[in-house]
Order: sequence, then structure tokens, then C-alpha cells
Amino acid sequence: MCTTCGCGQSDTRIEGVHVHEHVHADGTVHRHSHDHADPHGHGHDHGHHDHGHEDLHYGRGPAGAHAPGMSQARMVQIEQDILGKNDALAAANRKRFAALGIFAVNLVSSPGSGKTTLLVRTIEALKGRRDIVVIEGDQESSFDADRIRATGAPALQINTGKGCHLDAEMVGKAVERLAPPAGSVLMIENVGNLVCPAGFDLGEAHKVVVLSVTEGEDKPLKYPDMFRRSSVMLLNKVDLLPYVEFDVAQCIEYARRVNPDIRVIEVSATKGQGMSEWFGWIEYGAQTAAAARGESVDAMKARLAELESQVAALKSMLP
Amino acid sequence: MHEMALAESVIQIVEETARKSAAAAVRAVWLEIGRLSHVEPEALRFAFDVVKRNGPAHGARLEIVATEGAAWCMKCSRTVTLARLGDACPHCGSYQLQVTAGDEMRVKEIEVD
Repeated sequence: MCTTCGCGQSDTRIEGVHVHEHVHADGTVHRHSHDHADPHGHGHDHGHHDHGHEDLHYGRGPAGAHAPGMSQARMVQIEQDILGKNDALAAANRKRFAALGIFAVNLVSSPGSGKTTLLVRTIEALKGRRDIVVIEGDQESSFDADRIRATGAPALQINTGKGCHLDAEMVGKAVERLAPPAGSVLMIENVGNLVCPAGFDLGEAHKVVVLSVTEGEDKPLKYPDMFRRSSVMLLNKVDLLPYVEFDVAQCIEYARRVNPDIRVIEVSATKGQGMSEWFGWIEYGAQTAAAARGESVDAMKARLAELESQVAALKSMLP
Repeated sequence: MHEMALAESVIQIVEETARKSAAAAVRAVWLEIGRLSHVEPEALRFAFDVVKRNGPAHGARLEIVATEGAAWCMKCSRTVTLARLGDACPHCGSYQLQVTAGDEMRVKEIEVD
């Protein structure tokens, strides 16, 4: 368990289905759900860089700190990223999104910043123009997914149990069930937590961090990882600025210290202020994703036509 | 707070490597953790002590090698050292920095019997 919050990985549920962890006799740890139709199965999907350097180096001490000498000890080089497995699964998600022209956004923030309200308003505003599909991450309950479903948009709740973040495997499984249509927008509302979700790539096109003006303007410096990895900072609840002490300019300056390229959009999800700029950002991303897919489909069609003409030419040479 | 998940990934990599190299036991695990990565080494040690139980690495010692942070300063047009995210360039005071090193988290090697 975690020293701070007691989080572990073993209580993950996707809409009520348990995702279990088993330690096998050979010591390997498997995490999988009881849904055995799952094409990922129990496989160990490791990154491309895995196991590339498993050479054995006998009698070579690391950094000269110790020498195995008389004992049977030996060093085995590994050189693997700790998050290599998650990154490989995230890459698979990203590939799937690209193939379908899906624009995937990973929404991160501390609890209570207004992510779900923002999503509800976004879905209502884009209804009829753009399919939006939502994955909700929370430790417990399906309140958020229920709120999204009430708008008519498909949503799936992932309960992480003791876990403090979503990972790429959970999102991959959720996407299989949700089956978002080609050209849609996939909104992934991460667990409310400005720390842990920063390190876990889900395969999204962008992370968007939501910060509300009822929090402190120094959060970008307190939680720099999250702000560094986000493309956009949505400064929410700006309608409350007259009633709170929050220095907008200072907050933006802090955010740019950790991420000079971060785009800032000031919004009020409840009052509508600034929301059109946010919708525009989504629409641009969705169009870009769909166009990229269109281009690859066109390229495949052209290649197919070329191959067909070659086949025809070869056939004509047959006696 | 996510150190538990990281420790689980570490132990997976370690146990799989130990099995493939037919090791009876793992004596030590060497990690490389950048100073700018999102890892609290003490929390990772605690989590590692929990996840290593009942496996070939149950007696393993955890060695964490910290790597220094570095960034490319747009104003200075050179690589500078960066102690923490959000710090300014130590030479010109600019925040126009792109992190180039220090956010890695790797399992480097293990010592096995």
C-alpha cells in the first residue's frame, strides 16, 4: 500500500467487473479481469525496448560499488523503463484512436475543480455536431458516469478501488466496451488527483488540466508534473473571481514557468463564459484527427489501386 | 502516491528477468530515478518492500541511483542544470526551458544468485 493514501492496484473494477491480480507460482504477477473474451487476455504486452539487453555480465559490479567475487552472484542487465508496459499499452490505444480518427483527451485536475460539469456542458453544446464518448475514472461510485449518461452520451465508469489514477490497460479495456465511433471525441475524466495521473500515458492526444479559481494560484508550482505534461490549462469557475482571492495573471505566469507552451483558456462551465474557445479547441482537434485518418485511408486506397493494377498486369501476362 | 503501481511494475520486470535467467534469488535491484521524475524515492522503497514479499526478490535490497536534471535553455541556447521543475535557468533566469534529462525511471540491472 501507498504510504500516503493506501492506494494499491488490486481493487480495480470496470463497471462492476473486477480486475484481479494473481501471483503465479513462477512469481509473475498478472492483472486481468474476469472478462475472458478480452483479446488482450493474459498476455504480457511489453514494449519494443524490452528484453533487448539481457546479456549476462559475470563478476562485474555496478559502479564499482560491490564485486560478486566468491559468491555465485551475477549481474543481469535490464535497462527497461519502469513504465514501459504502460507506455506500450498506451501506444496501442493511440494507434487504435488514430485508425478511427478519434480525438482522445485526458482531463486531469484535483477533486472538485468542476471536470464533470464541464464535460456535461461540453456534451450538451456539441450535441448533434460531434459524437462524444466518455470514460469516467473514480475510486468508487458511478455518480459521474450517471451524470454523463443523463445527457445521452455513452459513458463507462472505471472504479480504481484503492488506485489513484487510470492506466493505459484500464482505458484500453473501457474503449473495447464503449467502441467509440470513427471521428468521435473521447473524453477521459481521470481520477481527481494532481499527482499520480501525470506519469501514466493513456494514449490520449492531449492532457488538459482543469484548475478552478477556488483553489490556489500556486498549484502549477506545487504540482509541476501535471502542468508540464498538459497542453491546455482550463481555468474554471472564473465567474467566482469577484468573491475569491485568486491572481489570474500570477497563476498563468506560474503555469508557464513549468510549461512555456501551455495554452490557457479561462472558462466558467456553469455560466458559459469562455466556453466557445474550449469548444473550438475540441473541434479543431477532432477535425485534425479525422483528417489524419482520411489521409491514411486515401493513401491505403491509392496503394490498393496500384496493387490491383499490378495484379491485372501480371494476370494478362499469364498464358 | 502512485509509487505502489511503479513498485509493482518494477517487481514484474525483476521477477520475469530472474525467471528467464534461471536465478534462484534476487539479491539487489538497481533503479535509475531522475530527480525531475514524479517519484518519491522513500515511498518507492516502502512500496517495494511490500511487493517483493513471497517472490524470488523477497530478500532483495533496493539501490536507487538518482540522475541529475537538465534542460535546454532557449535564451542561453545551451543545456543547463535544473534542480526542480519550475526553477529558472541558473544563468539567465528565464523559464523558457525544455527538460532534457532527469525525468527517467528505469530498472538498470539486478544482482542474482
